Amino acid sequence: MNLKSLSIFLIISSFFLTCILSIWKIMATLQGLSFTNLNTTPVFLIGMLLSLTFVIIGNKINHLIKIFSLSFIFSILYFYLNEASPYWYILGIFLITLFFTNKLKKYSIHSLKEDFISEKIIFDFITLFGIVFFAFVILFPFYIMLVTSFKTQIALLVNPLDFSLDFSKSLTELFKSYFVIFETYNFGRYILISSAVSIGTVVVTLLFAIPAAYAVARLNFFGKNFLSTSILIIYMFPAIVLVIPLYTVFSQLGLRNSIFGLLIVYTATTLPVAIYMLQGYFKSIPKEIEDAGIMDGQNWFGIILKIIIPLSLPAIASVALYVFMIAWNEFLFSLMFLDSPKSFTLSRAIQYLSGDAETPRQYLMAGSVIVTLPVLFIFIYFEKYLVSGLTAGSVKE
Amino acid sequence: MSDSLSKLEKRTAYTLVLPAVLLVFAIVLFPIFANTWISFKDIELKDIRIPEPRAKKIVKSISGNQSELKIIYKLRNSSLIQEIRNVQFQDKFPKDISPINLDPRCNFQSKRVICNFGNWQAKHRENFEITIQNNNLKTIDKKIIKSQKPILSGKADNPLLTTNFTLENFKKVFYENNFVELLLTTFYFTFFGTVGAIIFGILAAQLVNQNIQGRTYMRGILLFPYVGPVVALAYTWTLLLDPNSGTLNALLVNFNIIDTPINLLGQKYITMSILGFEFKLRLALTTVIFFEIWRYFPLAFLFILARLQAIPKSLYEAADVDGASPIQKFIHITLPQITAIISILFMIRFIWNFNKFEDIFLLTGGASGTRTLPINVYQQGFAVSDIGMGSAVSIVIVMLLISFMIIYFRLIGKRANES
Repeated sequence: MNLKSLSIFLIISSFFLTCILSIWKIMATLQGLSFTNLNTTPVFLIGMLLSLTFVIIGNKINHLIKIFSLSFIFSILYFYLNEASPYWYILGIFLITLFFTNKLKKYSIHSLKEDFISEKIIFDFITLFGIVFFAFVILFPFYIMLVTSFKTQIALLVNPLDFSLDFSKSLTELFKSYFVIFETYNFGRYILISSAVSIGTVVVTLLFAIPAAYAVARLNFFGKNFLSTSILIIYMFPAIVLVIPLYTVFSQLGLRNSIFGLLIVYTATTLPVAIYMLQGYFKSIPKEIEDAGIMDGQNWFGIILKIIIPLSLPAIASVALYVFMIAWNEFLFSLMFLDSPKSFTLSRAIQYLSGDAETPRQYLMAGSVIVTLPVLFIFIYFEKYLVSGLTAGSVKE
Repeated sequence: MSDSLSKLEKRTAYTLVLPAVLLVFAIVLFPIFANTWISFKDIELKDIRIPEPRAKKIVKSISGNQSELKIIYKLRNSSLIQEIRNVQFQDKFPKDISPINLDPRCNFQSKRVICNFGNWQAKHRENFEITIQNNNLKTIDKKIIKSQKPILSGKADNPLLTTNFTLENFKKVFYENNFVELLLTTFYFTFFGTVGAIIFGILAAQLVNQNIQGRTYMRGILLFPYVGPVVALAYTWTLLLDPNSGTLNALLVNFNIIDTPINLLGQKYITMSILGFEFKLRLALTTVIFFEIWRYFPLAFLFILARLQAIPKSLYEAADVDGASPIQKFIHITLPQITAIISILFMIRFIWNFNKFEDIFLLTGGASGTRTLPINVYQQGFAVSDIGMGSAVSIVIVMLLISFMIIYFRLIGKRANES
């Protein structure tokens, strides 16, 4: 029993260590170090040795001293087993091992005798591994996007693995792609158009959605239930099905290539979500407050303007941010309706750039960084609002 | 009294709701009906413009005579397939100028030449000439004459509104379009994309639900792919997976995991052998599915996490007292609590994946075996320019969607009856 859980502990923990160290090695390779071998077997073996010594030593010495000395010895062993590498890389190895041994703190010879300990070990390390794995898999493409925008096409063709940034270059040299896309590819204009369309969509959507949501939440009228269920069903209807009829009608009305046309479509497609999210919030406002307003002789316009809106600002903010993000990220309709570079949105402009095989990739990535940054900033800054909005509105994309 | 109040309430409600309803009706519901209409018509992209008469005005001096000018109007029917009826032409001239030898179809009154050209066939072209002179024999300013644009009008049928219908589009969809493969690809993509996103969503939610440091940051990071713009993310992945100088292939080759780069997005099949069995994997489609999972598991994650956090802690404490193992706790407590949200997620994601266009379009453009129904709508409608056919494919999508919804609500209803 003891032996079984000990061996599971050794294998799992060492496997986890090997994985993190491999990720570290990959990241270091992308900084231009020429490693050609992941060397997983020796790392795995000394990792097992490390875990074994850790549980054998147990509580005999102070935890801090223990993890520092063990990590130090491990790093030295690692240094001798692997190809030559700079000191910052070994320092990284040391810090990772320190983190790892610190995580081992709760395991000792005694704890390995507990019930279900092998399952617990597996769960513990899967959790740790999962977090590292998810963070890596998610952030890696964003990282590549960012660093590619600072490199040059030639440098990337010579060594596609060297993403190290040369900070000795002047800033104008480093940010060259950004200057180029603003100067030659007119990205300033596209940013303006995208902002105008997105902000316009937010304003118009709220203008339409607040009264409608109020009516659905508060008033009794024929067809109310039908309306609230159809809101949900309209959610499900795909944009691709709308494209051909809208294209033909917009062509005949001359609404293609116009920001106005795009605005109408974005507003109509975001309205159901906006109404759904807002009416849920309006229902939670106590009715007595409105009754007081009615007593004061306010009509519905006054009630919405003076009572409902001030009370539901957080919900309105989250709907606004959410609609802004949908409009900013939207691609299908801008692909269909915009042909002339004069009226491109950012997404459409990047797609247009990529259509030319000659366009160097760093420009494409610089454009991508520009279109991504505002959304990520908004998201990080207002995460709380947005997350509650996302779950409440069950999300239209 | 209360009757009039409720009437007022109704009227208020309709004023408040109507603008939103009308807009959604015009942009979302009307197109679905319009699709049905177009799908029964033999119509192409170039037909959707309403034909109109056009004229290009060229002004020529006549040598040796400053007081006369020759004007050539290049007239044409803008449509290659439809006639324009009853074409009227009108051009205005400054005072003291009159035409000489005017065409019999035209007449001149109050400084205007007005002509009646009758009907123009499709592709009709003609050069129409007028010679003008100054009544006082003074020099005519060419620029003034040129700056005046002629006005043309005529009646033409809007090809969208004619009532000749055909079943041809649907025949083509089912018999000439590799329909079975199209459908299989779509289902393969939809099903695995949905299941993958939900599995990763459960894993991620389970992780973040543990007591770890930096839990809120982790939740934020996990949502990045979902909130990022699809264009930027798809192109980053294309670069990452590029066979020639993409990072992933370069890494795999560098660490000797593969010998030659794999074209993950451009190769239809890859032959794999596992335990001696050889089988073909749809490579590009699988890659696209992975992108899909990467981008949409955050949604599943968010919903499942919200559900997990609502499970009372006491349930787990009771299980600890009973001596349940972590796996038993997961199977007997966590799973039953999240099945409801998973079935809703499955439905939502299934429908949205079924309609997914942008992701596939940006990654592969529908090439190398990634042609799904929505991609086909675009290809038929805009690449092949057959609007009628594109609409017919859209109608197939709508029909399938409606049947999914019916099946789903039946199942939900059944379960509600049982419990």
